Amino acid sequence: MTRMPIVKALNTSLRKALETDPKVLIMGEDVGKLGGVFRVTDGLQKDFGEDRVIDTPLAESGIVGTAIGLALRGYRPVVEIQFDGFVYPAYDQIVTQLAKMHARALGKVKLPVVIRIPYAGGIGAVEHHSESPEAYFAHTAGLKVVTPANASDAYWMLQQAIATDDPVIFFEPKARYYDKGEVSTEAIPDPLHKARVVAEGTDLTLAAYGPMVRVALEVAAAAAEDGRGIEVVDLRSLSPVDFDTLQASVEKTGRLVVTHEAPVFLGMGSEIAARISERCFYHLEAPVLRVGGFHAPYPPSRLEDEYLPDLDRVLDAVDRALAF
Amino acid sequence: MTVDSTAGAGKAPRAAKKAAPRTRAKAKAPRTATTAAAPELVQLLTPEGERVEHPDYSIDLSPQELRGLYRDMVLTRRFDGEAAALQRQGELGLWASLLGQEAAQIGSGRALRDDDYVFPTYREHGVAWCRGVDPLNLLGMFRGVNHGGWDPNQNNFHLYTIVIGSQTLHATGYAMGAQMDGTDSAVIAYFGDGASSQGDVNEAFTFAAVYNAPVIFFCQNNQWAISEPTEKQTRVPLYQRAAGFGFPGVRVDGNDVLAVMAVTRAALERARTGQGPMLIEAFTYRMGAHTTSDDPTRYRHDDEREAWALKDPISRLRTYLADNGLADEEFLADIDAESDRMAKRVREGVRNMPDPETLAIFDNVYADGHALVDEERAAFAEYQASFADAAAGEGH
Repeated sequence: MTRMPIVKALNTSLRKALETDPKVLIMGEDVGKLGGVFRVTDGLQKDFGEDRVIDTPLAESGIVGTAIGLALRGYRPVVEIQFDGFVYPAYDQIVTQLAKMHARALGKVKLPVVIRIPYAGGIGAVEHHSESPEAYFAHTAGLKVVTPANASDAYWMLQQAIATDDPVIFFEPKARYYDKGEVSTEAIPDPLHKARVVAEGTDLTLAAYGPMVRVALEVAAAAAEDGRGIEVVDLRSLSPVDFDTLQASVEKTGRLVVTHEAPVFLGMGSEIAARISERCFYHLEAPVLRVGGFHAPYPPSRLEDEYLPDLDRVLDAVDRALAF
Repeated sequence: MTVDSTAGAGKAPRAAKKAAPRTRAKAKAPRTATTAAAPELVQLLTPEGERVEHPDYSIDLSPQELRGLYRDMVLTRRFDGEAAALQRQGELGLWASLLGQEAAQIGSGRALRDDDYVFPTYREHGVAWCRGVDPLNLLGMFRGVNHGGWDPNQNNFHLYTIVIGSQTLHATGYAMGAQMDGTDSAVIAYFGDGASSQGDVNEAFTFAAVYNAPVIFFCQNNQWAISEPTEKQTRVPLYQRAAGFGFPGVRVDGNDVLAVMAVTRAALERARTGQGPMLIEAFTYRMGAHTTSDDPTRYRHDDEREAWALKDPISRLRTYLADNGLADEEFLADIDAESDRMAKRVREGVRNMPDPETLAIFDNVYADGHALVDEERAAFAEYQASFADAAAGEGH
């Protein structure tokens, strides 16, 4: 067991993948000497060479498009998109080509491409550096979408994503890059697409993922002071979603609040609310409530603390759900 | 005229040193330097069927090879016509005809080695033929039974790509991989004049140049992107675009199978010997509609088509073969008979092509499975089975 921040866990995981599989490549803007703008790939090019840790031209569609070609040749590219808001030039290659190619080849080719995207806000950045575009990708068949919330998951989920024969969109909560946690590189990890109960409680289920898991745990702690037992579920995987774990929790608590930074309208919470309403109709004591971003562009950073769901806004929803 | 903007470039490309093993097979690199005397269009066989020489590109084929190219073009045209007819009969939902582009496709396709890899658009039926892809496989997607479905690795011929230009990036990535693997295989990406405007094509040029990838960009400039003429895509001849990216570009008579083959061979040799990418603009003409859904009478004149008909790729080779005693009546009759047999097989094959099973909707969405797909498949199967149960119930 080693205590390390998420950024180091990701770096350790990438290093391990490069060591164990000669077909693993890292591609992206500034991933070489600089080690990526967040240093996730720090030191990797020095140790594995320019052919395996590839600084690419500044062209996101080109990065993903060539990664597809490399995958067809038998490589396992791990692509870094520098920031969430820069993924859209690659959106066509991801959705139209990467996601569909296995199916249109009737299974005869595989596309083991991981696309790492630092996402979400809270770092005081300029425009296009704080977005949460996960729903676009979760909506697309052929892609898998996951997001770790702690260092251990960062290490293991990236290992598992790289080992997956399908394209995986790997969202990294950039505001949590320096959150530290214990990482055991010997442990047997949970399956990649399994949700995890990270705090137990009997009064309400609070579902979160990525950067919002820390907030959710703060909510549970605050509610506990008021004698309310909040069960926090870290979804971890957004495609597929582990509805079984969520269902079991809601059947116990009878109430569900879902929170994410992404806008509420047609966000992950919408799908979760619909599914849980179908699966747990007779167990629900209150409608499923959602807390998230607004139907507005991500605001200038001076307003992001107000825009992002925080302890108080989530607690407000918890109170409303409990009041039913 | 050929343009070699890499001439005099200071720093050796990154991959040059890596390419050391390739120099084993060091064939004479083609001369691609600017030659003032060279005409803009590389041509070795005139529309009248006369052999001419070009200062930079030459070819010397045996009578058997020449007859082979003729056979390929005739069979490809026949297949194409058969498919268009099948569409009119309602057997196919759509067909994208290659009529007029046979030389561009056969000349380049026959220049390739088995271990080279092809990334086509949706119109490369002639290249598919050269790669040994069963013509029936091409028709599956136009009939609507699949989205392609052949095994790309069986013939090193990737699936048809419909979104314009996307495949040029896949080809470049594949070529980067081939280079890393230390092989001397090359990759060829087909695209059209319309695609040259796409960002992906320009990004592919950038990546290929930067990594010195062994990829040939083969642009069939057939003058029309559905209804838009090439003037709506570019203000410079397309082959000249390569110069700005740092690799050579050449315009070849796309209706001259010999010139296309000579230029493609030269480009492949460059790629194999670590000299990086090359752009070939095959100057040709789309004799038919964009697809069977298109109506070219709305946007172009017949006289243009008639002018290009005089440059037909097949008739000029037939003239050459006949004038030089390389093809007799028996040879021509044999090819006609072979065409008839192939057309019959295609007709019957398409008509007997089974529809896929309904639940195939859920097949191969993922390689490693997905809980939601499993859940929806089970629910839909149950829903469908409920009709069978109801029908059985009515029988009582």
